[in-house]
Order: sequence, then structure tokens, then C-alpha cells
Amino acid sequence: MTLLQVESLDVRHGLLQAVREVSFELGEGETLALVGANGAGKTTLLRSIAGAHRPAAGHVLLDGKDITRVPAHERVKLGIALVPEGRRLFPGLTVEENLLIAGANGRPGPWNVKSVLEAFPLLEPLRRHRAGSLSGGEQQATAIGRALMTNPRVLLLDEVSLGLAPVAVDGVYRSLEKLIESGATILLVEQDLGRALKVASRIACMLEGRIVLEGTPAELTRERVTEAYFGLKRSVPA
Amino acid sequence: MTWVNQVVQGIFLGGYYALLATGLSLMFGVMRIINLAHAALALVAAYMAVLLVDHTSLNPWLTLLPILPGALVVGYLLQRTVLERSLRAGELVPLLTTFGLLIIIGPVLQRAYSPNSQSLDPGSLNGKGWSVTSSIRISAFAALTLGVAIAVLGLLHLFLTRTRMGREVRACAQDPDTAGLVGVNARAVYARATAIAVATAALAGVFYGLRTSFTPYDGGTQLIYAFEAVVIGGLGSLWGTLWGGIALGVAQSVGFQVNTQYGPLFGHALFLIVLVGRALLEQRGVPALRLRRARAEATTG
Repeated sequence: MTLLQVESLDVRHGLLQAVREVSFELGEGETLALVGANGAGKTTLLRSIAGAHRPAAGHVLLDGKDITRVPAHERVKLGIALVPEGRRLFPGLTVEENLLIAGANGRPGPWNVKSVLEAFPLLEPLRRHRAGSLSGGEQQATAIGRALMTNPRVLLLDEVSLGLAPVAVDGVYRSLEKLIESGATILLVEQDLGRALKVASRIACMLEGRIVLEGTPAELTRERVTEAYFGLKRSVPA
Repeated sequence: MTWVNQVVQGIFLGGYYALLATGLSLMFGVMRIINLAHAALALVAAYMAVLLVDHTSLNPWLTLLPILPGALVVGYLLQRTVLERSLRAGELVPLLTTFGLLIIIGPVLQRAYSPNSQSLDPGSLNGKGWSVTSSIRISAFAALTLGVAIAVLGLLHLFLTRTRMGREVRACAQDPDTAGLVGVNARAVYARATAIAVATAALAGVFYGLRTSFTPYDGGTQLIYAFEAVVIGGLGSLWGTLWGGIALGVAQSVGFQVNTQYGPLFGHALFLIVLVGRALLEQRGVPALRLRRARAEATTG
């Protein structure tokens, strides 16, 4: 059952076109990994889906309903949650306060402070610590937990491995795998191709604002993805 | 001993400055808006109180009952209609719009009333006080003002740290974009913060009217004092507003003792010393005394 649909989305930063006519669908329970070089438009795409960035053209549909004009804070109530690039926790608030804010403005569901702390046990002793004082891995866990507090139907994850030690990334992906097993619908931007191939049910590769390759990990080899990633097989500059 | 008395008087004068400056500090800490019309809005509240007293013989203290809720509404609307749009146009645009508001208020009040000075009667508090020693006298009204300032700051602190709405205010102060991503309506939160700020201004305005006689153009000078109190105490720090107000009050009182014309001058001197001192310390790499961290720690006291 298709949960999220993106149709011919055009997103700009001023005059610069970051996302060009992007269309794809995300079914319930699927995990779609978006890969691509820096500047390919992945973060902008995620932010448009979350409502933080107004598209110049195109539509975003959730459950068949057009939410393109719906502001970000209302999309949270509809079930879209974004874990932003760079975590973006509220630095002056404690871990618990970061979670509580999201929980108070989200949907009803199984996720609350207790269940989030159970899913991320490393956060339990850090409950009353200022979020700004946490390590990268702890912040990432808090950021994911904060998004979960809204009980989303679609979870958007932007580069959760960025700036983290490999050990920390392992921990994050272990939690992610548990989430996926429980049936969550996830759209994930990931620079680490290996991790993306392991975790996703589908991969899409973006280049200069467009999706240039799409398929399941079984269909796509590393070589094909790498070519699409760097645009190596193109004969004419886009 | 009169010096000691002057310092004591200065502390209580600082209570009034702190009360006036609280809203200014709040708006800057949360939204980075310097509301140049802040003290003028306080003055409007004083005039509203005069209006109510003249037409209904209401006890001046009771005018707060209609004035405070009214101020909440005015603040909310001010943010949603004028300041929100100004912020979108640029970080410095609210300076222009609030300046415009400031310069309109003076003539409007003068037309609505008269250029003559008005005042409110504190009634039974008049002249009451305590003689601590032969040369130190504490007025009951001044003590009440300081008490109210501390109470308001305390309530604001509790609001920001213990309530859901207060949490959202702090989050929006630190990162309004991400606040939206976790479901917080930043525009509504900002409007609430402005509502609270204008309400505290109204409270300070009524106290101002009870303290002294006032004229339509007082909004400018009172703003300068409020601004100085905020800066001396540290931009973005709520409790700093209390210390800044007190420091300013003491400086002004001491200056007054030196020469009756020198009161405000000593206050300005303190303001400049603190401003330049902070800038020099920052240059030397001394961790920013609140100024730079204002964004991240805004309004957490």
C-alpha cells in the first residue's frame, strides 16, 4: 500500500534548482535509501517532504492526500517525522525535554519517553543532560528518539552516519534494523553505500537533482550505483 | 550615610528598571527582536490606567485587571501582524518597525490626552515605608515594585523551565526551523512570547504611573534605561535583567547624590563601561559572558 508519493517535485534554493522533477513512491513497510554525492539534492528533497522547504512545483502525497501546502508542524501531526542532517537537537534543552517537546506535538502511539529510552538504553543515564553536551552518537540516538516520539507513519532520516565514529554508526544502524523489522516505513539518505545496500529494500540514486537510478539491492551492483552516483556513463553534461 | 541610603534607593529603583526591562529581554532572547516601542507600550498602559480611573473612579491598582489581559492580546496581535512580517524581511527590520511604533505613540497619546503630565495615585501606600536607620528610608511602594519584579522573573523562569509552552518557547529561541520539524508551531509560540512581553511592559507601565508623573513622550527615555538594564545584565539572560536593572538603579542614584543633574549620566557611563569591557574581554578570548551564547542558552535564565 503506497504511503508516500512524490510527483514531479521541483525545489529551488533561490535561483539554484536543487531538485528536478523527482518522482517516486514509498510503500508501507518499505525502506528506501537515497544515495548520491554532496549537493545532489537529497537533503533538500527530504526537507520538502517534511515541509521545511516549499517546492516550486510538484506534489507530495501522504495516503493519497495532497500535503504539498501543509506546513511542517502540521505534517508531524499527519505522521511525517524528519531526523535532520546534523542532528539539530535543541542544545539548551535536556535529552528528556527534547523528547517531551516532540511527544507533546505528535500523534498517539507506542512511542513515549519510556519506550524510547528502552530502545536506546545508552540515553537512560543522560536523561537530564543538556543535549548540547552529548557526543555525536548520543546526539544521533536522541535525534532519532525525538522523531519517534511523534509516532510517525513515515520516518525520514538524513545522513545519520555523518560525523560519527564507526562504532557509533554501528549502534545507530542496529537500532534502525530493529525499527525496520517492526515494520516502519523509512526514507533514508545515506552516503555510505555499503550500509545503504544492507538495510534498504530499495535504492534510488540522485545526481544533480534527479533520480538517475532506482532498484532493489539485488538488482543493482555496486558498480552500477557508483556509475550513477558520479554520472560516469553520461556522454553529455546534464 | 546618605551614600548608603542612595545605594539602597538605587537598588529599589533597579526593581522598577528590571520590571520594565523583562519584556524587552524576553523578546530579544526568544526572537532576536529589539522592541524599541517596548517602553512606549508601557506608557500606553499607564495612560489606559488614567483613562479608567478618570471615567470609572476605579482604584488604580485594579486597572491592572482589564489592562493585563488587554496587553496580552495587543502583544499577540502585534507579533502576528507586524513583527512576524518584519522578521521575514530581515533581522534588522523589526528595529525599523518598532521605532516607527515608538514615534507614533508619543503624538497619539498627546492628542488623546494632553501634553500635561498625568499620574496615578497609589492610595494607601503613599508615604508609607520603613526607616531602617536615621538616614536610610525604604518606601513601601519601592519595595513592592522590587518584589513584583522578582516575582515576575521567577514566574517567567518557572514558566520556561517547567511548562510545556515554556519548553516550546526555549526550543523556538534556539532553533525555530527544527522546532517546526518536531511539530511546534513557531509562529504561535513567538506570538505568545510577545504577548507575555507586552503584558509585563503594561505592568511596568502602571507601576511607572504610580511612581511618578508622566508625559506622552516618556517612552523614549524609559526605553533607553530598559535597554541599558538589559545590556548591563547580559543580553539573553533573564535573571541578568534583574542585576542589570539594580546596577543601573544604583549607578543613577549614586550619580544623583554627586550632583542632581548627574543621575542618568552615571547610568550611561556604567552602560558604556560594561559594553566596552565585554567587547574587550571577548577579544582576549575570555569565554563570552552570556552575549554570544545568548542564542543557544536564550531565556533559560
